Amino acid sequence: MVKLKLAVYWAASCGGCDVAVLDVHEKILDIAAVADIVLWPVATDHKYSDVEKMAPGSIDVCLFNGAVRNSENEHMARMLREKSRVLVAFGSCAVSGGIPALANFKEREDILNRVYQETPSTVNPEGVKPVPESAVPEGTLHLPEFFGFVHSLDQVVEVDYYMPGCPPTAERIWEVVQAIVSGNLPPRGATVGALEKSLCDQCPREKHDKKIKRFYRTHEIIPDPDRCLLEQGLLCLGPVTRGGCGAQCISANMPCRGCYGPLPGVIEQGAKYISSIGAIIDARTQEEVEEILAGIVDPAGTFYRFGMATALLKGANR
Amino acid sequence: MENFEPTIIGFLCNWCSYAGADLAGVSRLQYPPNLRVVRVMCSGRVDPTFVFKAFREGADGVLIAGCHPGDCHYTDGNYNTFKRFPLLLKVLEQFGVERERVRLEWISAAEGTVFAGVVKEFTETIRRLGPYRKELPKGGAKIG
Repeated sequence: MVKLKLAVYWAASCGGCDVAVLDVHEKILDIAAVADIVLWPVATDHKYSDVEKMAPGSIDVCLFNGAVRNSENEHMARMLREKSRVLVAFGSCAVSGGIPALANFKEREDILNRVYQETPSTVNPEGVKPVPESAVPEGTLHLPEFFGFVHSLDQVVEVDYYMPGCPPTAERIWEVVQAIVSGNLPPRGATVGALEKSLCDQCPREKHDKKIKRFYRTHEIIPDPDRCLLEQGLLCLGPVTRGGCGAQCISANMPCRGCYGPLPGVIEQGAKYISSIGAIIDARTQEEVEEILAGIVDPAGTFYRFGMATALLKGANR
Repeated sequence: MENFEPTIIGFLCNWCSYAGADLAGVSRLQYPPNLRVVRVMCSGRVDPTFVFKAFREGADGVLIAGCHPGDCHYTDGNYNTFKRFPLLLKVLEQFGVERERVRLEWISAAEGTVFAGVVKEFTETIRRLGPYRKELPKGGAKIG
């Protein structure tokens, strides 16, 4: 049997997706038995130039994690698209921007100022900031260009499959790998490794009528481990998030953060959550509503924690 | 900015506000032509997605109008609108959309004059604020 050629690449991401692939533990040997890894910066020593030399379409599957935040990410996204028959947007960042895309609330200059000038631990009296080209005695040095907007992978190149999660869970990765090996893949453009129903459908907690008088942040209370977290006033994104994660956060008594993304047919996860919250607040007057909502400190950042690249409104880049 | 004609999307509930707009029409009340009306069955049907999409596709302002509290054809649809509206405003503000660009009004079927007044006033507000898209994305903002 001819072995599959597999590439795993990270763009603007934390590396958690790569670790999640390793989390299949000993099954990684099964993966190695059916697939040759041709690029995986976190685990193997292949170089970009090795991939450059490959013929178009010669990689069978590329799991691309991370958002597209700079010109290096973009270059690699385009190159891997050309070389791969199947390109999978792997993890929330590649699917919809993820945590890095929260930067889209700010303009490029604000971010650079904050990081290279304003943070208390920064000492930078000359105001040095990264520039794509800088001249030194030895020649010209190049850095990738920092874009003004964090993109999801499909805003840059065509994507064949979407696999959400921050990170996708090892069980789901293993299922998808098996599907790839057997060639038993859904139609192009599908979301894989996630369910069609919301996390609430999987959640084992007791659910009753929701009437919320006050919202809490996770550090303010220790929630009852058997009751619905939303009913206890914690902002759990379960109602608007795809299941498939195995309810890991819920099992650890933490509310869902929404990393598996919107349900099928939903455009905006955050917008749906505004509706959900509106319906369960127990208030009749303007004052009561305002008071309860004041408990939600950063609504946009919470509701769009993983979806800012694909949000309908573009934050500072309107 | 000169000759700026705002585009305003109005989501009017079938039972009260749309009838109120109708009354304004048959009463020959004058009001600016900037409002594009979308009839919905209830103001509670106005998914925040609609509002985001309106701005995304070029609206400069969005009006949501429904029955007065207590008058909802579906008992409490407008209460849901009322409870979610402050949160919608807060999120929009974080996205950089000024609060004044979105307005929630209760307009009954008998309030044609109120409807005309709201549209007149709102159009002026938006005219003063200027277009929603002030500038095209800056260099590096878009690739591909």
